[in-house]
Order: sequence, then structure tokens, then C-alpha cells
Amino acid sequence: MSADDRKIILRTEALTKHYGGVHALEAADFILRDGEHVAIVGDNGAGKSTFVRQITGVEQPTSGKIFFDGQEVSFKNPIEARDHGIETVFQNLALADDLDVPSNLFLGREETYFNLGPFSILNERSMTQKAVGALQTTGVKIPDVKNKIRNMSGGQRQCVAISRAATFASKLIIMDEPTAALGVQETAQVENIIRGLKKRGIPLILISHNLRQVLDLVDKVWVWRRGRIVGAVDRDKTDGNEIVSLITGVKSGIDGEAAFV
Amino acid sequence: MAEAATATGTAGAPDKSRRQRPAEFNVFIGLILIALVFEVLGWIFQGQSFLFNFQRLSIMVLQVSIVGIIAVGVTQVIITGGIDLSSGSLVGATAMIAMSLAQVSTHERAVFPALTDLPVIIPVAAGLICGLAAGLVNGALIAYTKIPPFIATLGMMVTARGFSKWYTKGQPISFPTEGFASIGAGMNPVLIFIIVAALFTLILRFTVYGRRTYAIGSNEQAARVSGINVEHHLMLVYAIAGGLAALAGIVLAARGLTAQAGAGVMYELDAIAMAVIGGTSLSGGRGSIIGTTLGMLIFGVIISGFTFLRLDAYYQEMIKGAIIVIAVVLDVYRQRMRGRS
Ligand SMILES: Nc1ncnc2c1ncn2[C@@H]1O[C@H](COP(=O)(O)OP(=O)(O)OP(=O)(O)O)[C@@H](O)[C@H]1O
Ligand SMILES: [Mg+2]
Repeated sequence: MSADDRKIILRTEALTKHYGGVHALEAADFILRDGEHVAIVGDNGAGKSTFVRQITGVEQPTSGKIFFDGQEVSFKNPIEARDHGIETVFQNLALADDLDVPSNLFLGREETYFNLGPFSILNERSMTQKAVGALQTTGVKIPDVKNKIRNMSGGQRQCVAISRAATFASKLIIMDEPTAALGVQETAQVENIIRGLKKRGIPLILISHNLRQVLDLVDKVWVWRRGRIVGAVDRDKTDGNEIVSLITGVKSGIDGEAAFV
Repeated sequence: MAEAATATGTAGAPDKSRRQRPAEFNVFIGLILIALVFEVLGWIFQGQSFLFNFQRLSIMVLQVSIVGIIAVGVTQVIITGGIDLSSGSLVGATAMIAMSLAQVSTHERAVFPALTDLPVIIPVAAGLICGLAAGLVNGALIAYTKIPPFIATLGMMVTARGFSKWYTKGQPISFPTEGFASIGAGMNPVLIFIIVAALFTLILRFTVYGRRTYAIGSNEQAARVSGINVEHHLMLVYAIAGGLAALAGIVLAARGLTAQAGAGVMYELDAIAMAVIGGTSLSGGRGSIIGTTLGMLIFGVIISGFTFLRLDAYYQEMIKGAIIVIAVVLDVYRQRMRGRS
């Protein structure tokens, strides 16, 4: 595929984040094109989640630039990132345990009957209907959407978080280790949601330690090591071994999957 | 791949998705049991019914309804995962402020001799505005400086009490206009409590404000990344709590026909206890005004039950302390049960 003439959706220029003396992210130059699905891989502490927090407005970078959809941006908070069409599934789930599925799906963007500021009356019926629809489109089955998140299994929670992102994302969706704690069936289901996003043409950044999954799903793999980008390889021109050597910093020897578990 | 989609996220144990009985139900049962205990003790020791005495019941509800108004605000604060220790002092301060603007001109030692015989709206508005402002300061401190709510509202508690003493150099303020006094007359405090409780039950249940209040207490980080302006919301919640403390102060002053610097001492603890007894969790995310109302009634039954059995007032204080501790222990216990499931 001739990816290079597609529009650039996200580009970072020397993006850097230091936490005191910890150089979590060092001069990252990253590019994501329209419709492209890419993965970010790297060992624990490589700076993957840190990168996500910088581009979604959760934290402010120490230095560097971010360009989104053609213009330079610096999101002051996650609301601004979301208003630009970026949806994120954060590594530690961002669900309110004491609320039900529709309330979580529409958290921060509640539907109301008329605008009375904070005291606007919730349009519960419409939110529930749309929530059921959203779960259906993403193939997630929750027996009772009015049940509180607290009473659901880890897999169900993760599926709710992912359907929320998949439903509202318009320009970019980011998933930080979405299948880390899931069983085989739930993992397959999340992977299906991701394939659905590919069909809809929504760009995706997937962070995962599962190399099989990464090679199955994405077009391009970005490799991070100790806060730096050490390589970006096209899915069609690589195999597990090359990626493993990039991750660990050695050129050969280690068997594919082992280093990732 | 559509086949795989039918294998869905229902892997959790089936009992996990069962809906639970509302916490308020257990509180209601508790209320009934406690009332029955006093009924039995009443027949044994006093030879009369505890419950079937209209006058006793109405005094009981009157006694707790002013603290109940505060508890409605405190419940909302606790649902966000916070705490408000300033409400008792705010009752005192706003009672003083409102009363000083509600005096009759025939009283020769009025606080503001030029400001007497004012229409009732003026002292009421002044009290409410001061309460809202103090609550707003609480909220801003908590939201923006990240001071723990316990400390921020403790500061306000001491400051507001100091203000009350300074305001008239310790002198009580009396002789309100008839209009002002009528706010606290008869069963009006109960009526005001019912209106406030009903209003905030609806607001917590059906509005964006309510949903976000629970969301913040449930998972503040989630609320933040979901696009909720947590700082603004906390300021609003604490301001409402301050406003309701002021309303309680106004009702208290109007009922007693006087305001003094010591008014409302320890009301904050009673209000917190009512909320927690009613099932509001100190770790946030859970609770309701209906629960708090039941907690208020439990409080009332126990206090008037002990009076009815002619137990010494000192015992009552100690029992109240024990109730608060028991309520918190129950909350911790419920929390642990939930963590296990
Ligand atoms: N708030 C913070 N304060 C200080 N150091 C931090 C902070 N957040 C992250 N770090 C450090 O930055 C480095 C990168 O962390 P990050 O979470 O981005 O890693 P990661 O690649 O997502 O790892 P994992 O695969 O385990 O999720 C780590 O050394 C971590 O300890
Ligand atoms: Mg991470």
C-alpha cells in the first residue's frame, strides 16, 4: 500500500517528557496517517503510556510539538482532545464503578432534554437505547446494561470501555493494552472491534505486549525502548524476530513470543 | 470474524450480574427494628406506647429536621468522596448574619439600628449568600490546592466559629420580625426539610449534576478523562452544602427567636452520622437522600427514645458517639464485603 500520500492525522516532533530525573519519553518523532492502524510495542517502562498521556491532554509534555489533523495542538485537558475526535482506552480503566453502562458510555457527554446547565434533566431513555445500540455494533453482550460496572467481570468492563471509545471516536482511537487482562474469547472480541474500526477507516494506535496480536491487526509497528523510538517497521516486511531484537536492543537469538510475556 | 463476536464478554460468574437490593431497604428495616425495641421497652418501663403518641413523634421529627437539612448537603459532599466539617459552624455564622438583619425597630439595642424591620427576603438572602460563598471557598480550596477535604473544611469550621463570636463580641442577637420568626414556626422546619430533601432526591437522580457527583466519587480519574470539569463540579457541590447549612442556620434562628455564637456546635458530626447511617459510603460513589432521611429518623428515634425512657442527657451524648462509630464501622464492613465479591 502506498501509505505515504495519505493525509497525516497525527505527528509529533521531538516530543519529550521528563518526570523529575526520569526521562520517560525522549525526542519522539511519530507519524500516523489517515485510516492507518499502528502498534506501539516495547518493554515495561519503555514510555508507551507516557506517550499516550502527552497526546491526549492528560499531561503536558516537557518539550516538543504535536500536530493533529493538520494543525499544531496542545491539549490542556482530556476534554479538548476528545472534542477533537480522539478517544482513548486508558491502561487503567476509566470507568465509574458505581454507575451503569449507559451512564459510563455517556459520562461527560450526557444527553439531556433541555439545557439547564448542570441541572439539565438526563434523557435516560435515549442514552440507554444508544448504549444498547453501541454494544450491539461492537458485538459486546452485557446481560443487563442497567447493572453497575462494579458487578461486572473484568472482561465485561473492558468491553464497555472499548465500545465507548469505538462509538465516539471520529478521528483517532488509542488503546493502551486493551487485552492485557482478558481471556481468549474476550481478546478475540476486542480484536474484532479493532477490525471493525479498520473497516470504518478510523485510525488506531494499539499498545500491546502480544506480538501475535500486533502482527495480526496492524499495518505498522513502532518500537520503543527506554523512552526512545528505535524503529518503525511495516507489518508486511517484518517478522516477530526483528521486532523482538529491536525491543530488547539485541540483534538476534531470542525466540519470538517469549520476550513479550 | 462475525462468528467470534458472538463469543462475548459474559465470562464472569453469573451471580455477578445480579442486581442488588437497594441499600436503603436495609436501613429502613433497621429503623423499624429500633422503633420496635423502644416500643417494647416503653410498655415494660413506662407502661405506655412509644410510637403511638403524635406529639412525641412530631417533636422527634422537629428535633432532627434542622440537622437533616444540613445532612442533605453533606450527603452530596460525601458522595463525591469528600467530607464537610464546617457545616455546624456555618449554621452559627449564618444564623448570626441573618438575625442581625431581621431585627425589629422597637428593639433599642439592634445590631444595625439603621437596618431594622427589613422585608424577610433580605436576612434570608444574606444568610444564604454567605453560606454559599463559604461553601465555594471550601470547594475551591479542595479542588485547586488539593488540600484534603478534612483539613480544608476544618479550617472553615474554626474560622466561621471565630467569625460568629467576633460578630457581636459574643452577644446573642434576638427580637426578629414576625415574618422572619414565621420561618421556624410550627412544623415549618419539617416542611422545609421535606422540600429540600425531595428537591435534591430528584436532582441527584435525574440531572447531569447528580450523575457527575456519583461519577467523581466513584472514580475521580475516570471522571476527569471522561471530560468532566472536576474542579468546577466540586466547587458547586461544596457551595450547595454551604447554602444548605445556611438554610438550617436561618431556620434554627427563626425557630429559637435568637441567634448565638455557639449555635450549631457539633451539628456537622450529627449530619455526617445521618448520612453514613443511611448508607452513604465515606469512600464515595454511593448514597442517597432517601437513605439520609432514614438515617435522620433513626437518629431521631434513638434520641427521643432515650428521653422517653428518662435516660440522663450525658448518656445520650455517649450513645450518639457510639452511633457514629457504629455507622462508620458498618460502612467499612460493607466496603470490605464489596471488595470480596
Ligand atoms: N507520573 C510519573 N512520575 C514519575 N515517573 C513516571 C510517571 N509516569 C511514568 N513514569 C516513569 O516513566 C517510565 C515510562 O512509564 P510508562 O508508564 O510510560 O511505561 P510503559 O511503556 O507504558 O510500560 P508498561 O508496558 O508497563 O505499561 C517508567 O520508568 C515510569 O516509572
Ligand atoms: Mg503502559
